[in-house]
Amino acid sequence: MTVRAGVVAVQGDVSEHAAAIRRAADAHGEDAEVVEIRQSGTVPECDVLLLPGGESTTISRLVHREGIAEEITAHAEAGKPILATCAGLILVSTDANDDRVDTLDLLDVTVERNAFGRQRDSFEAPLSVTGLDEPFPAVFIRAPVIDSVGDDVEVLAEWEDDPVAVRQGPVVGLSFHPELTDDSRIHDLAFFETVLAGA
Amino acid sequence: MSDATDLEELERGTELVKRGFAKMQKGGVIMDVVNKEQARIAEDVGAVAVMALEAVPADIRKRGGVARMPDPVDVQEIIEEVSIPVMGKARIGHTAEAQILQALGVDMIDESEVLTPADDRYHIDKREFTAPFVCGARNLGEALRRIDEGAAMIRTKGEAGTGDVNQAVHHQRNIKSAIRKLEGMTHEERERWAREHEAPADLVHDAADRGRLPVVNFAAGGIATPADASLMMQHGCDGIFVGSGIFGAENPREMGRAIVEAVNNWDDPERLAEIASDIGEGMKGDANVDLPEEEKLQDRGV
Repeated sequence: MTVRAGVVAVQGDVSEHAAAIRRAADAHGEDAEVVEIRQSGTVPECDVLLLPGGESTTISRLVHREGIAEEITAHAEAGKPILATCAGLILVSTDANDDRVDTLDLLDVTVERNAFGRQRDSFEAPLSVTGLDEPFPAVFIRAPVIDSVGDDVEVLAEWEDDPVAVRQGPVVGLSFHPELTDDSRIHDLAFFETVLAGA
Repeated sequence: MSDATDLEELERGTELVKRGFAKMQKGGVIMDVVNKEQARIAEDVGAVAVMALEAVPADIRKRGGVARMPDPVDVQEIIEEVSIPVMGKARIGHTAEAQILQALGVDMIDESEVLTPADDRYHIDKREFTAPFVCGARNLGEALRRIDEGAAMIRTKGEAGTGDVNQAVHHQRNIKSAIRKLEGMTHEERERWAREHEAPADLVHDAADRGRLPVVNFAAGGIATPADASLMMQHGCDGIFVGSGIFGAENPREMGRAIVEAVNNWDDPERLAEIASDIGEGMKGDANVDLPEEEKLQDRGV
């Protein structure tokens, strides 16, 4: 099977997500055809979407201006998988308590931007994640925290009692950046082990 | 779950965390600002970060004298004003200015040739800092020396404050063509190249194996229009710094918005034509070819 994976590429660490989903597909003996999405028209052709890390105010502006925002919403409403990391998580949340970001309301969580502080407070640490046998090397960069979750949201990981990885149906949202390491287990978990395996 | 997280294994300021921060800037525009009002505009129009400095390079050129780090009060006000990352410029080799910027909470430090160098022989030992650094370079050897010192991001030096993009193009072509040559070389040829160019051999091999710099590579120095931004993206840059080009333009808000959109649509000339229309005049600038050698900033700190 070839999975057509779209990385929303208006801004952020796009090539890292492209490499991570290729590694995850490879581990399953499948192919990932990766497309970078900077304009409207491509999202409807994608099986899965990745919303990378970057600057949420910039990404929010550009996905709305380019007409990609509505397409991401339609993708989610069709029940197709999305992995959203850091700025991506902020974008798919119901509310970021900040009018500089126009959220898409695809994941029933509210988030607080830059909740861990500034770059000097950014860190890496091993993190236990539901569904993974060994801790995951999590990298948090000016990361958001999830401060409330809806009833249908499953918490996959917490850092000091705050949720930092969640799933609601086909949408997985993370405060941290699995794409910055060579470990593609979370891309595997979000796409290949569950949703696509059952398709 | 939370009981399994191990706070003792938490690490800050690692190479992964520093280079990771730089990767989050990719595809973005980082704008020079001298006060909180400019920072507000930069965030509104879609900048991924702002660079705090005392005066934009075009004004430093006009004014002359010693150019230093920005006033801590201004940096603090900018940090309070915006939610995007705030970077700050320190003089080449001025470890104390960098320490002060880090203490203020600046997210990335630019050890910059635009300011008056504080040390004519050494750059800052950037590995000693928790904050990541960006440094300018004119060629691959210079870029790899800065990375060896701990830089998490490289930008072309270009010729700051001129509004003339040709030196940024020149420097980016130098870096890319040197990497292409290295890719075709044997191990011992690369070792020799490293010695001849005063570059650390391990980083020479790393760049050759990746086919690119091991850190994020932005364009800077003379970028003044949406077309300039598109040109630098076509030369393979990961993103753009704009110095005097935004607040030296007739309409900074329109110029800023247009350059942000141009970086996203760099490969679509029809969209670029729309984006670059009705945005007012760009900064006037000075052609590099007319610039006397002693006024060039790019030869500082090599």
